Amino acid sequence: MAQTIQTPAPQARTFRLPIRLKLEPRLETPNWLPWATTIGSILTALVATALILWYVGGDPLQSFRAIYRAAFGSVGVFSDTLVKATPLILTGLACLLAFRMRLWNIGAEGQFYLGAWGATLIVEGVLGSDASAWLFIPLMVLSGFFFGAVWGFIPGLLKARFNVNEIISTLMLNYISLLWVAYWVFGPWSERGFQLTPTFPRAAWLPRLTDYAALVKDLSGLTIHLGFVFAILAVVGVWYLLERTRFGYEIRLIGDNPNAAQYAGVNIALMTIMVFMLSGGLAGLAGMSEVSGVVHRLQDRISPGYGFTAIIVAWLAKLNPWAVIPVAIIFGGLLIGSREIQPSGIARMLQGILLFTLISSEVLNHYSIKLERIKA
Amino acid sequence: MNFWTNVLSAGIGNGTALLFATMGELFAERAGVLNLGVEGMMLMGAVAAYGAAAATGDPWLGLLVGMLAGGFLSLLHAFVVISLRADQVVSGLALTFLGTGLSLVLGEGLASARNVPTIPTFSIPLLSQIPFVGPILFDNKSVLVYVGFALIPVVWFYVYRMRGGLHLRAIGEYPAAADSLGIDVYALRYFYVLLGGILAGLAGGAITLSITPGWFSEFTTSGYGWIAIGLVIFAQWDPVRAAIGSYLFGSLRRFTLDVQGVQDVFGIANPFFYDRNLQFFLEMLPYALTIIVLIIGSRAAIRKRLGAPAALGLPYVRGEQGLV
Repeated sequence: MAQTIQTPAPQARTFRLPIRLKLEPRLETPNWLPWATTIGSILTALVATALILWYVGGDPLQSFRAIYRAAFGSVGVFSDTLVKATPLILTGLACLLAFRMRLWNIGAEGQFYLGAWGATLIVEGVLGSDASAWLFIPLMVLSGFFFGAVWGFIPGLLKARFNVNEIISTLMLNYISLLWVAYWVFGPWSERGFQLTPTFPRAAWLPRLTDYAALVKDLSGLTIHLGFVFAILAVVGVWYLLERTRFGYEIRLIGDNPNAAQYAGVNIALMTIMVFMLSGGLAGLAGMSEVSGVVHRLQDRISPGYGFTAIIVAWLAKLNPWAVIPVAIIFGGLLIGSREIQPSGIARMLQGILLFTLISSEVLNHYSIKLERIKA
Repeated sequence: MNFWTNVLSAGIGNGTALLFATMGELFAERAGVLNLGVEGMMLMGAVAAYGAAAATGDPWLGLLVGMLAGGFLSLLHAFVVISLRADQVVSGLALTFLGTGLSLVLGEGLASARNVPTIPTFSIPLLSQIPFVGPILFDNKSVLVYVGFALIPVVWFYVYRMRGGLHLRAIGEYPAAADSLGIDVYALRYFYVLLGGILAGLAGGAITLSITPGWFSEFTTSGYGWIAIGLVIFAQWDPVRAAIGSYLFGSLRRFTLDVQGVQDVFGIANPFFYDRNLQFFLEMLPYALTIIVLIIGSRAAIRKRLGAPAALGLPYVRGEQGLV
């Protein structure tokens, strides 16, 4: 639209503020600015949360201190924090991979559940309880990854074939996966009518540091398990995939400019399905790691919303695989810490506010904001 | 009342909450703004309405507070995506997180509230006597259900036959053209996002104060907000189709509950009656159907070459964007 056509036709009955926000595009973004805005948005979110806590009659400083102490106060609790960070790294990577292609996979939660179910299937349905760990662990990893990928395949196919909005389809699949797991733990796999499966045999547990306490005494009580190593390996893998392979290049190309990718002959439909499957597989691996490394059984509502927190983790990491690790550790700490404080919605609320301040702050990186007086 | 009358009668009630939320999202999307925060706004509306009604004893005041709460949240989204031009998908998700978390914080202890008043119900004389249709539509229904009935033709008329509706469609299809004609794109987009939030808040309040009274933390809305977004796509942004979809889904929700109480269906032993664990598959139905409905909607959109407002999801920048 040409700049000249700006007839200020008076709009009757429209309320106008005397000032107006004006965004001016920045020609270049200073290097320090993205970090400054990220830190600024985190602080803003903390202050906003503190205000709300104070308003409902809590003591925000004490709450934050309790969270910090419960999450980072000692080696023992830090190990618990890392345990919580493990599924967040994996699901965060799942979201990151899809988001890089501008595929909104909001279904990491459901894919997590399917992964947990797939791993349990090996214990409950495939191997006998006397099988060795060398058989259990690899099969559970494969099965968890596979069923997560299957759950990612569905929205991927629907998106590629029918252009079905993947946000809604993945969300609906989240609800379905929750009910699917509920059916198995209430029904066929239920232990004496309780809503959980029997405890897995020891061979199906991912080894933890505390298992070696007999050798090194200081390891006693440290719950961190092999899943954390999987998560770190996955970070390296996703980084390599994105930055060093043709596949990853095509993902980034589609994400940045789908039209250019189309002209360059990239098969977008196929990429959509493959990225969705890979993303689902990573989230499924998180589910496997959680049942095998932490809970040691499948139960109803096994995830406190890892798949949703993952969205924020990926976003806060600015879709950089390496940054997922520290961000996931902070959020893992938040999960651990928020168990200590009431009411339970605080963590979720903080996450929501944080996401808001983050995307608002991103505007600052690209535009400088000016307040402009409107002359009457 | 027989089985189907029961299901449809309750379905109209469930569908009314869905209807408000769907209509609200329809307005926002018609104006070119995708708001994925419906679930969060509904929960905020639900908790605010219930809390205010519990505190004051006045359900109408509660409903008003619920609508304001939903509207307030939507303004946050409006500011971030319209003024700051941030990504609408991420902002909508943030709104869901914020609304869910905030409603849990504010709703702490509210589940045990006693003697919370509900929106009154009444029957329409004569109409409620019509066989089959009468009991389903007009017998002992909440005032809000009738409000819902009235809303459908009003919205249809507004969107397709009034100047305001024309402007609404213009800013969603081709904001630059609308702007050149002196329509204030920014102000109107704010207004319709706000309207969407108010309607989502009303939907939440309708649930806690009328349809299934009570506060059950995040299970109060059980995904209705997301289903509403799916329905808007299914409805191809048409208010009448949106209404039909809402009532259909409302009935389905009730059907999955009622069917477990029936011993035989058409003379065949009902598996859902004999095996309680199969209820989980029944509960999947609304979500699975939402996906199927999306496939139908998306296929129709491709075939008829119509569908989403052309500028849906895109920020409007005066003088910067030409054709969308």
